[in-house]
Order: sequence, then structure tokens, then C-alpha cells
Amino acid sequence: MAKEKMTTAFEYAPAPESRSVVDIAPSYGLFIDGEFTEAADGKVFKTVSPSTEEVLAEVAQAGEADVDRAVRAARKAFEKWSALPGSERAKYLFRIARIIQERSRELAVLETLDNGKPIKETRDADLPLVAAHFFYYAGWADKLDHAGYGANPRPLGVAGQVIPWNFPLLMLAWKIAPALATGNTVVLKPAETTPLSALFFADICRQAGLPKGVVNILPGYGDTGAALVAHPDVNKVAFTGSTAVGKEIARTVAGTRKKLTLELGGKGANIVFDDAPIDQAVEGIVTGIFFNQGQVCCAGSRLLVQESVHDELLDSLKRRLSTLRLGDPLDKNTDIGAINSAEQLARITTLADQGEAEGAERWSPACELPSAGYWFAPTLFTNVTQAHTIARDEIFGPVLSVLTFRTPDEAVAKANNTQYGLSAGIWTEKGSRILAVANKLRAGVVWSNTFNKFDPTSPFGGYKESGFGREGGRHGLEAYLAPSSPEGER
Amino acid sequence: MPTTAPHALADVTASDSTLRRFLHGLPGVDAVGLEARAASLGTRSIKTTAKAYAIDLAISMVDLTTLEGADTPGKVRALGAKAVRPDPTDRTTPATAAVCVYPDMVATAKEAVAGSSVKVASVATAFPAGRAALPVKLADVRDAVAAGADEIDMVIDRGAFLAGNYRKVYDEITAVKEACGAAARLKVIFETGELSTYDNIRRASWLGMLAGADFIKTSTGKVAVNATPANTLLMLEAVRDFRAQTGVQVGVKPAGGIRTSKDAIKFLVLVNETAGADWLDNHWFRFGASSLLNDLLMQRQKLATGRYSGPDYVTVD
Amino acid sequence: MNAVDRLSVLKTYKLYVGGKFPRSESGRVYEVTDPKGNWLANAPQSSRKDARDAVVAARKAFGGWAGATAYNRGQVLYRVAEMLEGRRDQFVREVADAEGLGKSKAGAVVDAAVDRWVWYAGWTDKIAQVVGGGNPVAGPFFNLSSPEPTGVVAVLAPQESSFLGLVSVLAPVIATGNTAVVVASEKSPLPALSLAEVLATSDVPGGVVNVLSGRTAEIAPPLAAHQDVNAIDLAGADEGLAKQLEIAAADNLKRVLRPQAVDNWTATPGTDRLTAFLETKTVWHPTGSLGASGSSY
Repeated sequence: MAKEKMTTAFEYAPAPESRSVVDIAPSYGLFIDGEFTEAADGKVFKTVSPSTEEVLAEVAQAGEADVDRAVRAARKAFEKWSALPGSERAKYLFRIARIIQERSRELAVLETLDNGKPIKETRDADLPLVAAHFFYYAGWADKLDHAGYGANPRPLGVAGQVIPWNFPLLMLAWKIAPALATGNTVVLKPAETTPLSALFFADICRQAGLPKGVVNILPGYGDTGAALVAHPDVNKVAFTGSTAVGKEIARTVAGTRKKLTLELGGKGANIVFDDAPIDQAVEGIVTGIFFNQGQVCCAGSRLLVQESVHDELLDSLKRRLSTLRLGDPLDKNTDIGAINSAEQLARITTLADQGEAEGAERWSPACELPSAGYWFAPTLFTNVTQAHTIARDEIFGPVLSVLTFRTPDEAVAKANNTQYGLSAGIWTEKGSRILAVANKLRAGVVWSNTFNKFDPTSPFGGYKESGFGREGGRHGLEAYLAPSSPEGER
Repeated sequence: MPTTAPHALADVTASDSTLRRFLHGLPGVDAVGLEARAASLGTRSIKTTAKAYAIDLAISMVDLTTLEGADTPGKVRALGAKAVRPDPTDRTTPATAAVCVYPDMVATAKEAVAGSSVKVASVATAFPAGRAALPVKLADVRDAVAAGADEIDMVIDRGAFLAGNYRKVYDEITAVKEACGAAARLKVIFETGELSTYDNIRRASWLGMLAGADFIKTSTGKVAVNATPANTLLMLEAVRDFRAQTGVQVGVKPAGGIRTSKDAIKFLVLVNETAGADWLDNHWFRFGASSLLNDLLMQRQKLATGRYSGPDYVTVD
Repeated sequence: MNAVDRLSVLKTYKLYVGGKFPRSESGRVYEVTDPKGNWLANAPQSSRKDARDAVVAARKAFGGWAGATAYNRGQVLYRVAEMLEGRRDQFVREVADAEGLGKSKAGAVVDAAVDRWVWYAGWTDKIAQVVGGGNPVAGPFFNLSSPEPTGVVAVLAPQESSFLGLVSVLAPVIATGNTAVVVASEKSPLPALSLAEVLATSDVPGGVVNVLSGRTAEIAPPLAAHQDVNAIDLAGADEGLAKQLEIAAADNLKRVLRPQAVDNWTATPGTDRLTAFLETKTVWHPTGSLGASGSSY
């Protein structure tokens, strides 16, 4: 009997999230002492949507005088904020968490516009994690006596925080939630390419009735961050970003009493053994390097495959990459969005070209890139060795370097052969091998048979040049509490 | 369709031990990762033209099913009429793929769908438990085929499978396949809810395909856990990989528990992004369902008119 | 006094590197005196090459020491206390000479140092439970955070408290599985060099602790800048040197423990010196849900 063949293919129609849920003003000020204000020198900069290059808003650019004003506001607010009972601080944070949940659709669209990442990710990953982070640390605010840092642990004072553009609001949450829970006040500088969600967060602080000066937001470039970090009245510096800048900050705070935590770059190894659950491993590899266009410090950017399954795995991986949907970040079916900036795109392009020049074999699925905006196709490099630049330098883009190994020892040696030590992945069905390999990997987060999972209860941070200190969990409180002194007196 | 194991993997069915080694050598399945992937594909947003396409495709893939002790010729005739003309108010609505009935209702069903594209599928082999001697099961199959069944939905011996007697399961399937002859396509039901683990479902899928199944099917609809996005995704991976290794394409039929258009569309997304467009056709993918059809019809009416429809505007069968 | 006084046998103090007792490769020594200026001994004056050799030895020892069971490390550290107790008189004399203390005060210091080894010996197999644990993540995952040693730690021993201070900064570093390159108190290095002899006979594997004597300002900068050193304890650095070393340490993002004012080395130390040189590793694995409806595993 003749089967009825459908004539059209299953093409997903555009399914754009409505942009109207977010109202972006033409211009934004600095948020200092509870008010939006212009920069002292009147400087502004523009923030654009990376997927279209459309200017979204003009934002005040904080200079040294503004940093000083914000730190003074935070210092003034510290007195009362730190003296509040923990249970009261907790309620402010719970309020913030709830308002974030209420406004999560708006914030997800905003973040997608300003950052370029797919709405699927802001909706299903960034925003739920942001709210969860505030909920988690809210609960700590009145339980610090029980956190293992001695009785009645003290806050440090004013925290100067500098965050990156890859997860703008989530990195803000990772910084601000523990700082406020422990009784510190905050001056935070968002990245110059993604200032908007932090400024919307300022409005959330207003809605929550947070006392003025407790949170101050200073948009700006690297020099604004440098001024904040160097300010003599800052007690705590927390930075997430590149290793090069992290080192610069470490030099700046040397010889001071400022407490420092750094969450920096990585070159994570994702190790696939021949007995791996192969379909899930393929998903994990994809999540590991193409989540957020690979602009993730803990990305699994080096795939280490056991030689005996190399061809089979690569076939599966390539087939899978061919199903990735690249395009309008606001479309709910988009898997791969835009690269955050022209500068980042140039860096990715340069490193990928270098990979090719050094003899690695380049492959991308057939994929049409939009004409406007900053785009880079998902890219695989095979025949990569530890000697290739693309196996050593953090690319921070959707570029996967595939290397092979023969034995577990070789896998561990290659995985650890990097200046970084943030993340790693292990794929095998053999329990003892997972534990043995996890034990030997010099990395702060080891995902076995999964990848790129995050949770507010779970400490995150690196070994070696990936930085120091941990964010998340009970461990994350330590960065914001004064060190204990002998005999438990604090 | 080949009636014996495909050449590329012919060796693995040579003996009980080679079969066991092969099945146990298949890659493991991580349950959390599999379910996460299924859930992630479930977030695809299928709108407007894509939705219209998917709804018609889904309707055309329905094996409209009645498998009750209370089935009567009247009930089966009504079902047949519905399968042929799901929406009397809109003749552009595609017919369903098949009606699915017990063997003694095959003749009635055949009459009811006569002259249409709708096939008659019959469950057999002591459905749903499968607890009968092989000759009884084969008689069940021959009876249905003789009455004109185009398709046979057999159940495997889950007891034998769980006891590790893979060769016994294999032999039964090949025997049933033989009883189907050239006329009837064979769907092999694993009752995934009873196999309990995803590793078992993957092994059963390969076992069924090696034994000559034309379709692999999740469930009878008679146990607590029937078709799920995750077990269907897993079976789609199996048919994809089987074709890659042997060149033989096998169909997939999730059955039981799929009741809404939204669910059905999620399954079609799984097909599209796992096995691929080659399976987006009722020759290769089916829904074993009954109430699903009316929901698809109401959604179809909504797309056509812009108004939400109601149960009074679709037929009760 | 007898007409013929017996001439005592003086000790040649040496460095302790990789389980061996070499002289400084530079061939240099410097004069060590008591607080009144009386000559006590000549100590090796280490060079940057000695520092480099010590780092190599410490790195080589790291895998084995970090990989040893916590119980085993505890046994070894307790053995150090036993050996120290046996050499109590020697250390009382050396500490008294080094720090200008009376015999009973020096005795109390040595006793405290022995007790400190015992305290840290007991910590080896407990700290992981105190600072690590399972995290209740919101998802089907088992997730465990465990402390791990950070690697090779350069330890600038306190300048004033030549023995108790030294033990107080060294023991926590190795208790958790790190290996150490110790720069002894510049003006009072002799108790540190003698401690090395105790370590050598206490089942502490060679290279786990390496002891250098000499000019802190000469040996510390190459250690702070060394790319294969993971952390540095600046206890024995003054303010100016500490800043310079912290800047150098930023080159490979060493964990830096800044100098902290310690009035009283005999006070119970707490866990801060243990945790200062620990990393936290978090390992995830899916669990799946056992028997939950609709879910297989």
C-alpha cells in the first residue's frame, strides 16, 4: 500500500520570546547610595545587542571620583547593615529572591538582549540559578554562627566586586548574595558589554526596600574596576574574569589587608573512556563546550577521547552538532546565540585560525551565520595535541579541541597538563575508575557522567591559575568573613 | 524487509553467549542524562506552520487503539470510521495510520476501514502478559494474519528477558516474524515499564531489531509506566544506530500515556532531532493511543478557526 | 674543672633537601649567635639554586604524600612527636641558646612544640569531615566536596619563635598532604636544622619537608616567583618583604598566607592554618531516582 509521504519537512517556525516584557530606557546612570546618578565627569558609553549590533541604551561610565563616592556610601551603609540582626538581613535577601522570580521573564529577555545568549539558557539556567542563589544565601544570614567559622563571625566591610559578561546576572548573584548575607556592603562593577541586568538589579534592590548604600552598581570599563580594586577603603575584593586581569588584581592588593578571591580562566578536560554511556557523553560534550557559546570559564574545551572509541564518538558528535540551531537568541528554539562582542569574536577567530595554521583539522556543521551581529559557528578541531595553542590557551568560544589518549594514566597526565585547574569531566560506566580519576584530577569541579551543572549549595572555584577561593555553599561564606583568631575569639 | 538477522551483525545471534556478549557490550545509558536530553527537547517551541504540520503528521501516525475486554463489533466499527475520517467537519484531516484491536476483532476492523489507507493492526502473542506457550502465541498470530491484519503487535516474554534468556526471546520473535509472513509488519512490544532499566530497554531494542522487528514499541498500555519521552528517545537512538550499522531501517511506536497534542509534538521533536527526518512518516513512526486523537483534532480546529474548540466538537467513538 | 677538659664535638649544621643533608651548593655559611652575640655555629647560607633544588624535591614527594592515607600521615606526624620527645634535652638547649630563654621557659616551649605535633597528627583524618561534605543540590546528582592539598608550599618560618613558631606553621602544611620548603628563622636557624634530623628519622618521606637556612630576603624571592610552587606562607617576612613576595607570587596565583601578628604561639591554633593550604574539589555524579514513577535507572 502506498504510504502517504508528507511533502514538507519538520521546519520549526520562528518562536520568538516577546521583547515587550522588558522596557529598556534610553539611558542609565550609576547606582550609588540608593540613587541613579550621572558620572562625575559625565562620561557615558553605549551597550549593544550582540546579535544585531543595535544600541540598547547609553550607560553612565564610572570614574575614580564615582568609585570613591560609591565606596564611601557603602562604608556608611556598612555600619547599620552589619549591625542588623541576621534574620532581618535574611528577609531582605528573600525579598530579592522573590522579586527576581517574579521578574524572571523580563530579566531573561533583557539578559538575552544584552549578552546575546539564547533565551532558552537565560530562561532555564541563568534566571533560576540567580533566584536560587539569593534564596540559598538568604537562609545563611541568621545562621552564620553554625557555619564552621567560629561563633559570631564578623563581616569584612566594603566588598569591591568585578564581574564578567558571560553570565552577567548570575555572577552578580554569586557575588552579592553571600556578601550581603554575611553583613558586608557592596560596590559592584558589571562588564562594559553587559551592564543592563545589574542596573535592573538596582531597581530590584529599590523594590525590596534595601537600605541605600548597601548595594552600589558602577558600570564601566577595566579602569573603573582597577580603581575599585585599588580603593584604600575596600576590605574585600572578589573578581571573576580572565587570569591575566586576576594576576594584575593580586598584585594590586599585595601588601594590603584586603581579602581576595579570584575565579579565573580554565581549559577543562572532558575525558571520555571507551565504556562511556556514549549518547549521554555526546550530550555532555555539547553542553560542555557549546553552552553559552563556549564563553564559560569551566567549559570542557579539551575533549580527551580514548583512541578505541575516537571515530565512533566523533561521528556521533558531528551528527549531533548538525542539529544545533544557531540564530536569533530570542527564539525559543535557538541553541547557539551570538558571541558577546566584536572583541571576543576577534579573539576566537584568531585562535581558531591559529589552530588551523598549526595543523589541526577544522570542522563545523553546515550553518548559516546572520549578517549582522557577532557570530561564530560551532567548531571542532581534531588531530590536536597538547602542543597546539588551541589545547593550551583558553579560547572562550564555541571551539572544541579533540585529543586522544590510550590509558587512564595518560588521560590524567594530559588533563592536568595545563596552568589552569577549574573543571574536568569523566565519562565511564566504571565506578572505581571515576573515583580514581576524579581523585587525581587537579581541578576544583569534576563532573562525572555529566557536565556544566551548577547549584548554589555546591562550592565552585579553581586550582592553580584558575584562581582561589570558592563560591557557593557553606564554603562561599568564607570569602566574606574575617579570619578567625586563636582560641575561637573573633 | 529481511526476515533473518542482517548480515553485518549476523554473527552476534549465533548462540546464546554471543548474543549475551553483544547485548551486554552495548554502551550503557545514564538515566539522568537521557531524561535531561528528552526534557530539553521537550522545551522546543512548535508554533504556527510548524504546529499545523506536526498536528497533521501526528494524526497520520496514530494507531487508534481499543484493547478492552468489553470491545464489541459496534465499538470497533465506530473506531474504524473515526480512523478513516477523524474529523467529519473537515475532510482535509488526514486519516490515522491504523486501528489497533484484539485478534478476534480484526475481521470487523478490516471491514470498517475497507477502501481507505487505514491499516489494521492486531495485538497478539497472548497480549498483554505474553504468558502462554509458543504454539499458542503463534496460533494467535496466524489467526490475526488470516483475518487480514496488516500489522502484528507482539509482546516479548519479559520473564525470559529478565532471566537473561535472550536467545529464547530472540527465537520467539523470529518465529512470530515467520508467522507474520510477507503480508504483515511486525511490531515488537517490550513493555518497557517492566524492563525497568534503560540499559534493558536498549538491549531489548537491539534484540528485537536483530530478530527482525519492523517496529519496536514501548508498551502495551496496560502497566503503570508506558511510553515516556526518555524511553522513546532511547529507542530512537537504537533504530538510528541500527540503521547506521546494518542499513536496515526499523520503526518506533511509543504507546500508552500520550494524550495531548503537546505531548505528541514533543515526541515528533524527539524523532526529528534524534533519528531524523527519515522517520517522520507513518511508515516509520506511530503513536499507540486513543484519546490523543481528539485532542489533536481540537488543536487542529483551533489552528483553523482561531477559536479554542471543545469536546462536543469532536466525535466520541 | 678537671685539668684536662674534654673537648666537645661540635655539630656541622646542614640543609635538609629531598631527605638528604647537603651543604649549600654555594659553599657559603654564616655565623649564628645567641642573643648576646656568642657564636653558636655556622649555618649554611642557602642560594636560589638550593631553593630550586628544594622545590624539585618537594614536588617529587607531593604525589606520594598527598596520596597517602590520612591515617598514615597521622601516624607519621605522631612519630615525629615521639622522636622530638626523645630529643627533648637537645631542643631545650638549642631553643634556650637561640631565643635567650632560661631552661624552664625553653622546656615549656619545646613541650608545647611536641604537643603541637600531636595536635596536628590528630587532625590529618578529621579535617576532611570538618570542611568537606555532601551538598544537597537541587537535582538528581550526588555531589561531594572534599579538601585536597594545594601542592608545594613555601613556608617562611617565624623569625622570633625559632622552634614552636616553626612547628606551628610547618605541621599544618604537611598534615593535610602538602609538601614544604621551609626557610628557617634567619638569625636562629639551628632548631629548624635539628628538626630536620628528627624528620629524617620519623618515617616522613624524603622531600616532604625541606629546610633551608640563610638570608630570608635572598631565598624567599625565588620561591615566591617559582612557577612550580603553589602557595607561600609569609609568616617570617617583614612588611616590605611580604608585599614584594606577594606581588611575585601573583605570577602563578599562589595561595598567599600573609604575615599575621602572633602574640602567643602556645595558644590553641584553630584550623585556619590547615585550611589555608587546602583546595576544595567538588565531584558530581548523576543519581537517578530509584523507583520514582515514570523513571527508569
